[in-house]
Amino acid sequence: MKRTIPILITAVVGGLLIAAYFVPAPFLASADRLIPDFFNIIAAFAFVLGGGNLLRVHLTKISRRDHEWIYSVVTVAGFLVMLFAGLLKLGTGEGGAFHWTYDLADGRLLYDALYQSVFTPCQATMFSLLAFFVASASYRAFRAKTPEATVLLIAAFVILIGRTFVGGWLTAWIPEPFSEYLHIPNLSAWIMSFPNLAGQRTIQMGIALGIISNSLRLILGIERSHLGGGD
Amino acid sequence: MDWSTVQLWVGALLTLMIFSFLYKDNPFYKFAEHLFVGVSAAYWMVQGFWQQIVPNLLAKLAPGSFENIIEAARGQQPELVYIIPLILGLILLTRLIPSIAWFSRWSMAFIIGYTAGSNLPRYLVSDFIKQVEKTLALPLVATHADNWLQWIMYSVSNLVVFGGVICGLVYFYFSKEHTGAFGRASRAGIWVLMVAFGASFGYTVMARISLLIGRLEFLGSWIRSFT
Repeated sequence: MKRTIPILITAVVGGLLIAAYFVPAPFLASADRLIPDFFNIIAAFAFVLGGGNLLRVHLTKISRRDHEWIYSVVTVAGFLVMLFAGLLKLGTGEGGAFHWTYDLADGRLLYDALYQSVFTPCQATMFSLLAFFVASASYRAFRAKTPEATVLLIAAFVILIGRTFVGGWLTAWIPEPFSEYLHIPNLSAWIMSFPNLAGQRTIQMGIALGIISNSLRLILGIERSHLGGGD
Repeated sequence: MDWSTVQLWVGALLTLMIFSFLYKDNPFYKFAEHLFVGVSAAYWMVQGFWQQIVPNLLAKLAPGSFENIIEAARGQQPELVYIIPLILGLILLTRLIPSIAWFSRWSMAFIIGYTAGSNLPRYLVSDFIKQVEKTLALPLVATHADNWLQWIMYSVSNLVVFGGVICGLVYFYFSKEHTGAFGRASRAGIWVLMVAFGASFGYTVMARISLLIGRLEFLGSWIRSFT
Protein backbone atom coordinates (compact mmCIF):
# COMPACT_ATOMS: atom_id res chain seq x y z
CA MET A 1 0.00 0.00 0.00
CA LYS A 2 2.69 2.51 1.00
CA ARG A 3 5.25 1.51 -1.63
CA THR A 4 3.59 -0.76 -4.21
CA ILE A 5 0.80 1.65 -5.22
CA PRO A 6 3.17 4.65 -5.70
CA ILE A 7 5.50 2.48 -7.80
CA LEU A 8 2.51 1.35 -9.89
CA ILE A 9 1.26 4.94 -10.34
CA THR A 10 4.72 6.08 -11.50
CA ALA A 11 5.01 3.14 -13.91
CA VAL A 12 1.53 3.61 -15.41
CA VAL A 13 1.74 7.43 -15.78
CA GLY A 14 5.31 7.37 -17.13
CA GLY A 15 4.62 4.35 -19.35
CA LEU A 16 1.48 5.97 -20.84
CA LEU A 17 3.35 9.18 -21.70
CA ILE A 18 6.22 7.29 -23.36
CA ALA A 19 3.77 5.06 -25.26
CA ALA A 20 1.79 8.15 -26.35
CA TYR A 21 4.94 9.60 -27.87
CA PHE A 22 5.64 6.56 -30.02
CA VAL A 23 2.18 5.04 -30.64
CA PRO A 24 -0.51 7.12 -32.41
CA ALA A 25 -3.56 5.60 -30.65
CA PRO A 26 -6.64 7.73 -29.70
CA PHE A 27 -6.64 6.39 -26.12
CA LEU A 28 -2.99 7.34 -25.68
CA ALA A 29 -3.57 10.75 -27.28
CA SER A 30 -6.24 11.59 -24.69
CA ALA A 31 -3.91 10.34 -21.91
CA ASP A 32 -1.21 12.59 -23.35
CA ARG A 33 -3.64 15.55 -23.18
CA LEU A 34 -5.04 14.83 -19.69
CA ILE A 35 -1.92 13.80 -17.76
CA PRO A 36 -0.12 17.18 -18.18
CA ASP A 37 -3.37 18.92 -17.10
CA PHE A 38 -3.57 16.68 -14.03
CA PHE A 39 0.08 17.38 -13.27
CA ASN A 40 -0.44 21.16 -13.41
CA ILE A 41 -3.41 20.89 -11.04
CA ILE A 42 -1.51 18.70 -8.56
CA ALA A 43 1.45 21.12 -8.79
CA ALA A 44 -0.97 23.94 -7.82
CA PHE A 45 -1.95 21.89 -4.75
CA ALA A 46 1.79 21.61 -4.00
CA PHE A 47 1.85 25.41 -3.64
CA VAL A 48 -0.99 25.07 -1.10
CA LEU A 49 1.08 22.43 0.69
CA GLY A 50 4.06 24.80 0.68
CA GLY A 51 1.95 27.62 2.14
CA GLY A 52 0.48 25.28 4.78
CA ASN A 53 3.92 24.06 5.73
CA LEU A 54 5.24 27.62 5.99
CA LEU A 55 2.36 28.53 8.31
CA ARG A 56 2.91 25.42 10.43
CA VAL A 57 6.64 26.07 10.87
CA HIS A 58 6.29 29.76 11.68
CA LEU A 59 3.21 29.46 13.91
CA THR A 60 5.04 26.79 15.91
CA LYS A 61 8.02 29.15 16.22
CA ILE A 62 5.74 31.98 17.40
CA SER A 63 3.85 29.84 19.90
CA ARG A 64 7.11 28.54 21.42
CA ARG A 65 8.65 32.04 21.44
CA ASP A 66 11.70 30.54 19.73
CA HIS A 67 14.85 32.53 18.90
CA GLU A 68 13.94 35.51 16.63
CA TRP A 69 10.26 34.52 16.62
CA ILE A 70 9.30 38.13 15.93
CA TYR A 71 10.46 37.70 12.31
CA SER A 72 8.10 34.75 11.97
CA VAL A 73 5.28 37.20 12.74
CA VAL A 74 6.48 39.26 9.73
CA THR A 75 6.46 36.15 7.52
CA VAL A 76 2.98 35.06 8.64
CA ALA A 77 1.57 38.60 8.31
CA GLY A 78 3.06 39.03 4.81
CA PHE A 79 1.76 35.61 3.81
CA LEU A 80 -1.79 36.18 5.08
CA VAL A 81 -2.15 39.70 3.66
CA MET A 82 -0.90 38.62 0.20
CA LEU A 83 -2.99 35.43 0.33
CA PHE A 84 -6.31 37.10 1.16
CA ALA A 85 -5.62 40.02 -1.19
CA GLY A 86 -5.05 37.50 -3.99
CA LEU A 87 -7.68 34.88 -3.22
CA LEU A 88 -10.44 37.47 -2.70
CA LYS A 89 -9.10 39.76 -5.45
CA LEU A 90 -9.41 42.78 -3.20
CA GLY A 91 -9.23 46.12 -5.02
CA THR A 92 -7.22 49.18 -4.11
CA GLY A 93 -9.80 51.48 -5.67
CA GLU A 94 -13.59 51.51 -5.64
CA GLY A 95 -13.84 50.94 -1.88
CA GLY A 96 -11.60 47.88 -1.83
CA ALA A 97 -14.39 45.64 -3.06
CA PHE A 98 -14.18 42.07 -4.42
CA HIS A 99 -13.56 41.83 -8.18
CA TRP A 100 -13.77 38.15 -9.12
CA THR A 101 -13.37 38.81 -12.81
CA TYR A 102 -10.27 40.99 -12.58
CA ASP A 103 -7.06 39.60 -13.98
CA LEU A 104 -4.36 39.05 -11.31
CA ALA A 105 -2.05 41.51 -13.10
CA ASP A 106 -4.69 44.25 -12.94
CA GLY A 107 -3.20 47.37 -11.35
CA ARG A 108 -6.43 48.00 -9.41
CA LEU A 109 -5.90 44.89 -7.29
CA LEU A 110 -4.15 45.02 -3.92
CA TYR A 111 -2.49 41.73 -4.91
CA ASP A 112 -0.83 43.38 -7.93
CA ALA A 113 0.15 46.42 -5.84
CA LEU A 114 1.85 44.13 -3.29
CA TYR A 115 3.48 42.20 -6.11
CA GLN A 116 4.90 45.41 -7.62
CA SER A 117 5.98 47.03 -4.36
CA VAL A 118 7.13 44.05 -2.25
CA PHE A 119 7.68 40.90 -4.32
CA THR A 120 9.43 42.44 -7.36
CA PRO A 121 11.87 44.77 -5.50
CA CYS A 122 12.78 42.06 -2.97
CA GLN A 123 13.36 39.43 -5.64
CA ALA A 124 15.39 41.72 -7.93
CA THR A 125 17.48 43.06 -5.03
CA MET A 126 18.16 39.56 -3.65
CA PHE A 127 19.47 38.49 -7.06
CA SER A 128 21.40 41.72 -7.61
CA LEU A 129 23.04 41.18 -4.22
CA LEU A 130 24.67 38.15 -5.81
CA ALA A 131 26.66 40.51 -8.06
CA PHE A 132 28.80 41.36 -5.03
CA PHE A 133 29.29 37.73 -4.04
CA VAL A 134 30.05 36.77 -7.64
CA ALA A 135 32.66 39.54 -7.66
CA SER A 136 34.38 38.06 -4.61
CA ALA A 137 34.06 34.55 -6.09
CA SER A 138 35.65 35.73 -9.33
CA TYR A 139 38.58 37.16 -7.36
CA ARG A 140 39.25 33.61 -6.13
CA ALA A 141 38.43 31.92 -9.45
CA PHE A 142 40.47 34.31 -11.59
CA ARG A 143 43.84 33.00 -10.51
CA ALA A 144 45.71 31.43 -13.37
CA LYS A 145 47.24 28.61 -11.33
CA THR A 146 46.84 25.90 -13.98
CA PRO A 147 46.46 25.99 -17.80
CA GLU A 148 42.77 24.97 -17.43
CA ALA A 149 42.11 27.81 -14.98
CA THR A 150 43.83 30.19 -17.41
CA VAL A 151 41.49 29.09 -20.22
CA LEU A 152 38.48 29.69 -17.94
CA LEU A 153 39.87 33.11 -16.98
CA ILE A 154 40.48 34.19 -20.58
CA ALA A 155 37.04 33.03 -21.75
CA ALA A 156 35.25 34.77 -18.88
CA PHE A 157 37.34 37.94 -19.33
CA VAL A 158 36.65 38.16 -23.07
CA ILE A 159 32.90 37.57 -22.53
CA LEU A 160 32.81 40.18 -19.79
CA ILE A 161 34.62 42.99 -21.57
CA GLY A 162 33.10 41.98 -24.94
CA ARG A 163 29.76 43.22 -23.64
CA THR A 164 31.01 46.56 -22.41
CA PHE A 165 32.18 49.77 -24.08
CA VAL A 166 35.80 49.00 -23.10
CA GLY A 167 35.89 45.85 -25.22
CA GLY A 168 35.08 47.73 -28.41
CA TRP A 169 37.32 50.67 -27.54
CA LEU A 170 40.42 48.53 -26.78
CA THR A 171 40.42 46.78 -30.16
CA ALA A 172 38.97 49.52 -32.37
CA TRP A 173 42.38 49.85 -34.11
CA ILE A 174 42.31 46.33 -35.65
CA PRO A 175 41.90 46.68 -39.45
CA GLU A 176 39.42 44.89 -41.70
CA PRO A 177 38.98 41.94 -42.35
CA PHE A 178 40.74 40.85 -39.12
CA SER A 179 38.48 43.00 -36.94
CA GLU A 180 35.60 40.73 -37.95
CA TYR A 181 37.08 38.10 -35.62
CA LEU A 182 39.62 39.85 -33.36
CA HIS A 183 37.56 42.88 -32.36
CA ILE A 184 36.71 41.89 -28.74
CA PRO A 185 32.88 42.10 -29.07
CA ASN A 186 33.15 39.87 -32.19
CA LEU A 187 35.61 37.53 -30.45
CA SER A 188 33.20 37.31 -27.52
CA ALA A 189 30.35 36.42 -29.91
CA TRP A 190 32.60 33.80 -31.59
CA ILE A 191 33.47 32.19 -28.23
CA MET A 192 29.76 32.04 -27.36
CA SER A 193 28.82 30.56 -30.75
CA PHE A 194 31.55 27.93 -31.20
CA PRO A 195 33.83 26.76 -28.35
CA ASN A 196 31.10 27.49 -25.79
CA LEU A 197 28.56 25.69 -28.00
CA ALA A 198 30.82 22.62 -28.11
CA GLY A 199 31.17 22.57 -24.31
CA GLN A 200 27.47 23.23 -23.68
CA ARG A 201 26.50 20.54 -26.20
CA THR A 202 28.73 18.00 -24.47
CA ILE A 203 27.18 18.82 -21.11
CA GLN A 204 23.68 18.82 -22.64
CA MET A 205 24.20 15.35 -24.11
CA GLY A 206 25.56 14.06 -20.79
CA ILE A 207 22.59 15.50 -18.89
CA ALA A 208 20.18 14.01 -21.46
CA LEU A 209 21.70 10.54 -21.03
CA GLY A 210 21.48 10.93 -17.24
CA ILE A 211 17.84 12.01 -17.37
CA ILE A 212 16.91 9.19 -19.77
CA SER A 213 18.51 6.52 -17.62
CA ASN A 214 17.08 7.96 -14.39
CA SER A 215 13.60 8.24 -15.94
CA LEU A 216 13.78 4.59 -16.96
CA ARG A 217 14.90 3.60 -13.47
CA LEU A 218 11.95 5.50 -11.95
CA ILE A 219 9.37 4.08 -14.35
CA LEU A 220 10.66 0.52 -13.94
CA GLY A 221 10.63 0.91 -10.15
CA ILE A 222 14.39 0.38 -9.75
CA GLU A 223 14.90 3.85 -8.28
CA ARG A 224 12.77 4.16 -5.10
CA SER A 225 14.65 6.64 -2.95
CA HIS A 226 11.95 9.31 -3.50
CA LEU A 227 9.49 7.14 -1.55
CA GLY A 228 11.52 7.59 1.62
CA GLY A 229 11.80 5.04 4.40
CA GLY A 230 9.09 2.83 5.93
CA ASP A 231 6.96 0.15 4.30
CA MET B 1 0.17 60.91 -0.97
CA ASP B 2 -1.12 58.79 -3.86
CA TRP B 3 -0.92 55.01 -4.13
CA SER B 4 1.98 54.91 -6.61
CA THR B 5 4.11 57.03 -4.22
CA VAL B 6 3.40 54.56 -1.39
CA GLN B 7 4.45 51.69 -3.68
CA LEU B 8 7.64 53.55 -4.65
CA TRP B 9 8.54 54.17 -1.00
CA VAL B 10 7.82 50.59 0.09
CA GLY B 11 9.89 49.22 -2.81
CA ALA B 12 12.79 51.62 -2.15
CA LEU B 13 12.88 50.96 1.61
CA LEU B 14 12.82 47.18 1.06
CA THR B 15 15.62 47.53 -1.51
CA LEU B 16 17.75 49.47 0.99
CA MET B 17 16.96 46.98 3.75
CA ILE B 18 18.22 44.10 1.57
CA PHE B 19 21.32 46.00 0.46
CA SER B 20 22.11 46.64 4.14
CA PHE B 21 23.21 42.97 4.26
CA LEU B 22 26.37 44.05 2.42
CA TYR B 23 27.48 45.67 5.68
CA LYS B 24 26.45 42.72 7.87
CA ASP B 25 23.40 40.69 8.87
CA ASN B 26 21.01 43.05 10.67
CA PRO B 27 17.35 43.35 11.77
CA PHE B 28 16.37 45.41 8.69
CA TYR B 29 17.65 42.71 6.34
CA LYS B 30 15.96 39.99 8.39
CA PHE B 31 12.67 41.90 8.27
CA ALA B 32 12.81 42.24 4.46
CA GLU B 33 13.94 38.63 4.04
CA HIS B 34 11.11 37.21 6.17
CA LEU B 35 8.53 39.45 4.51
CA PHE B 36 9.75 38.27 1.10
CA VAL B 37 9.44 34.62 2.13
CA GLY B 38 5.85 35.07 3.31
CA VAL B 39 4.75 37.20 0.37
CA SER B 40 6.34 34.93 -2.25
CA ALA B 41 4.79 31.77 -0.74
CA ALA B 42 1.36 33.45 -0.91
CA TYR B 43 2.10 34.80 -4.40
CA TRP B 44 2.68 31.31 -5.81
CA MET B 45 -0.29 29.91 -3.90
CA VAL B 46 -2.61 32.55 -5.35
CA GLN B 47 -1.17 32.04 -8.83
CA GLY B 48 -1.76 28.29 -8.54
CA PHE B 49 -5.32 28.86 -7.32
CA TRP B 50 -6.43 31.36 -9.98
CA GLN B 51 -4.38 30.02 -12.90
CA GLN B 52 -4.85 26.29 -12.35
CA ILE B 53 -7.32 25.22 -9.66
CA VAL B 54 -10.16 27.56 -10.70
CA PRO B 55 -10.02 27.37 -14.54
CA ASN B 56 -8.61 23.87 -15.03
CA LEU B 57 -10.20 22.02 -12.11
CA LEU B 58 -13.24 23.68 -10.55
CA ALA B 59 -14.54 25.16 -13.82
CA LYS B 60 -14.27 21.74 -15.47
CA LEU B 61 -15.98 19.88 -12.62
CA ALA B 62 -18.77 22.46 -12.20
CA PRO B 63 -18.75 24.77 -15.23
CA GLY B 64 -22.14 26.31 -14.37
CA SER B 65 -20.87 27.70 -11.08
CA PHE B 66 -17.87 29.41 -12.66
CA GLU B 67 -19.21 30.76 -15.94
CA ASN B 68 -19.30 34.29 -14.48
CA ILE B 69 -15.57 34.15 -13.75
CA ILE B 70 -14.23 31.86 -16.49
CA GLU B 71 -15.66 32.64 -19.90
CA ALA B 72 -14.51 29.33 -21.39
CA ALA B 73 -16.71 27.46 -18.87
CA ARG B 74 -19.90 28.91 -20.38
CA GLY B 75 -22.14 26.20 -21.87
CA GLN B 76 -19.64 23.40 -21.07
CA GLN B 77 -20.52 19.98 -19.67
CA PRO B 78 -18.82 18.77 -16.44
CA GLU B 79 -15.71 16.66 -17.09
CA LEU B 80 -15.79 14.15 -14.24
CA VAL B 81 -12.38 12.74 -15.11
CA TYR B 82 -10.96 15.81 -13.34
CA ILE B 83 -11.97 14.23 -10.02
CA ILE B 84 -8.67 12.30 -10.31
CA PRO B 85 -6.39 15.37 -9.93
CA LEU B 86 -8.74 16.75 -7.25
CA ILE B 87 -8.31 13.56 -5.19
CA LEU B 88 -4.56 13.40 -5.84
CA GLY B 89 -4.22 17.10 -4.96
CA LEU B 90 -6.10 16.64 -1.68
CA ILE B 91 -4.05 13.51 -0.94
CA LEU B 92 -0.90 15.59 -1.38
CA LEU B 93 -2.07 17.81 1.50
CA THR B 94 -2.05 14.80 3.86
CA ARG B 95 1.67 15.54 4.12
CA LEU B 96 0.66 18.13 6.73
CA ILE B 97 -0.84 15.39 8.96
CA PRO B 98 2.04 13.15 10.15
CA SER B 99 -0.12 10.06 10.91
CA ILE B 100 -1.33 9.78 7.30
CA ALA B 101 1.50 11.62 5.57
CA TRP B 102 2.47 8.46 3.64
CA PHE B 103 -0.67 8.92 1.52
CA SER B 104 1.00 11.89 -0.18
CA ARG B 105 3.39 9.42 -1.85
CA TRP B 106 0.59 8.60 -4.30
CA SER B 107 0.47 12.18 -5.55
CA MET B 108 4.25 12.41 -5.54
CA ALA B 109 4.33 9.19 -7.56
CA PHE B 110 2.06 10.81 -10.16
CA ILE B 111 4.29 13.91 -10.31
CA ILE B 112 7.42 11.75 -10.67
CA GLY B 113 5.76 9.49 -13.24
CA TYR B 114 4.74 12.52 -15.31
CA THR B 115 8.20 14.08 -15.05
CA ALA B 116 9.98 10.84 -15.99
CA GLY B 117 7.53 9.96 -18.79
CA SER B 118 7.57 13.40 -20.39
CA ASN B 119 11.31 14.00 -19.94
CA LEU B 120 12.47 10.71 -21.44
CA PRO B 121 11.30 11.24 -25.05
CA ARG B 122 11.85 15.01 -24.91
CA TYR B 123 15.47 14.82 -23.78
CA LEU B 124 16.14 11.82 -26.00
CA VAL B 125 15.07 13.76 -29.08
CA SER B 126 16.01 17.39 -28.42
CA ASP B 127 19.06 17.08 -26.18
CA PHE B 128 20.61 13.91 -27.52
CA ILE B 129 19.59 12.81 -31.04
CA LYS B 130 19.24 16.38 -32.39
CA GLN B 131 22.57 17.40 -30.87
CA VAL B 132 24.37 14.38 -32.34
CA GLU B 133 22.70 15.13 -35.68
CA LYS B 134 23.71 18.82 -35.62
CA THR B 135 27.31 17.94 -34.69
CA LEU B 136 27.71 15.29 -37.36
CA ALA B 137 26.00 17.39 -40.04
CA LEU B 138 28.59 20.19 -39.75
CA PRO B 139 30.73 20.61 -42.91
CA LEU B 140 34.34 20.41 -41.70
CA VAL B 141 35.48 22.45 -44.69
CA ALA B 142 33.41 25.55 -45.43
CA THR B 143 31.55 25.31 -48.75
CA HIS B 144 31.03 29.05 -49.26
CA ALA B 145 32.82 32.21 -48.07
CA ASP B 146 33.34 35.80 -49.25
CA ASN B 147 37.13 35.82 -48.73
CA TRP B 148 40.00 33.57 -47.69
CA LEU B 149 39.93 34.65 -44.03
CA GLN B 150 36.21 33.96 -43.77
CA TRP B 151 36.75 30.55 -45.37
CA ILE B 152 39.45 29.69 -42.81
CA MET B 153 37.34 30.95 -39.91
CA TYR B 154 34.21 29.08 -41.03
CA SER B 155 36.20 25.85 -41.34
CA VAL B 156 38.04 26.38 -38.04
CA SER B 157 34.79 27.23 -36.24
CA ASN B 158 33.11 24.05 -37.48
CA LEU B 159 36.19 22.02 -36.54
CA VAL B 160 36.15 23.57 -33.06
CA VAL B 161 32.52 22.51 -32.56
CA PHE B 162 32.98 19.01 -33.99
CA GLY B 163 36.32 18.33 -32.28
CA GLY B 164 35.16 20.04 -29.07
CA VAL B 165 32.09 17.84 -28.73
CA ILE B 166 34.07 14.65 -29.46
CA CYS B 167 36.85 15.59 -26.99
CA GLY B 168 34.30 16.67 -24.37
CA LEU B 169 32.53 13.32 -24.67
CA VAL B 170 35.89 11.52 -24.43
CA TYR B 171 36.51 13.33 -21.12
CA PHE B 172 33.19 11.99 -19.78
CA TYR B 173 33.96 8.44 -20.90
CA PHE B 174 35.28 6.71 -17.81
CA SER B 175 35.36 3.08 -18.99
CA LYS B 176 38.82 3.49 -20.53
CA GLU B 177 41.94 4.87 -18.91
CA HIS B 178 42.74 8.42 -20.06
CA THR B 179 46.25 7.78 -21.43
CA GLY B 180 47.98 8.26 -24.80
CA ALA B 181 45.90 9.75 -27.64
CA PHE B 182 42.72 9.14 -25.62
CA GLY B 183 44.22 11.07 -22.71
CA ARG B 184 45.21 13.98 -24.97
CA ALA B 185 41.69 14.13 -26.40
CA SER B 186 40.32 14.04 -22.87
CA ARG B 187 42.60 16.94 -21.89
CA ALA B 188 41.40 18.93 -24.91
CA GLY B 189 37.86 18.12 -23.72
CA ILE B 190 38.65 19.73 -20.36
CA TRP B 191 39.77 22.88 -22.18
CA VAL B 192 36.54 23.01 -24.15
CA LEU B 193 34.54 22.58 -20.95
CA MET B 194 36.62 25.30 -19.27
CA VAL B 195 35.77 27.72 -22.10
CA ALA B 196 32.07 26.84 -21.64
CA PHE B 197 32.29 27.35 -17.87
CA GLY B 198 34.18 30.62 -18.34
CA ALA B 199 31.57 31.87 -20.82
CA SER B 200 28.71 30.86 -18.49
CA PHE B 201 30.47 32.57 -15.59
CA GLY B 202 30.99 35.77 -17.59
CA TYR B 203 27.37 35.72 -18.66
CA THR B 204 26.12 35.20 -15.10
CA VAL B 205 28.25 38.08 -13.82
CA MET B 206 26.89 40.37 -16.54
CA ALA B 207 23.28 39.34 -15.73
CA ARG B 208 23.74 40.04 -12.02
CA ILE B 209 25.42 43.39 -12.70
CA SER B 210 22.59 44.46 -15.00
CA LEU B 211 20.12 43.55 -12.21
CA LEU B 212 22.18 45.64 -9.80
CA ILE B 213 22.15 48.58 -12.21
CA GLY B 214 18.35 48.17 -12.46
CA ARG B 215 18.00 48.40 -8.67
CA LEU B 216 20.30 51.43 -8.49
CA GLU B 217 18.24 53.13 -11.21
CA PHE B 218 15.11 52.37 -9.19
CA LEU B 219 16.69 53.97 -6.11
CA GLY B 220 17.65 56.92 -8.31
CA SER B 221 14.01 57.38 -9.40
CA TRP B 222 12.99 57.22 -5.73
CA ILE B 223 15.51 59.94 -4.80
CA ARG B 224 14.37 62.10 -7.74
CA SER B 225 10.79 61.83 -6.43
CA PHE B 226 11.83 63.94 -3.39
CA THR B 227 12.16 67.03 -5.58
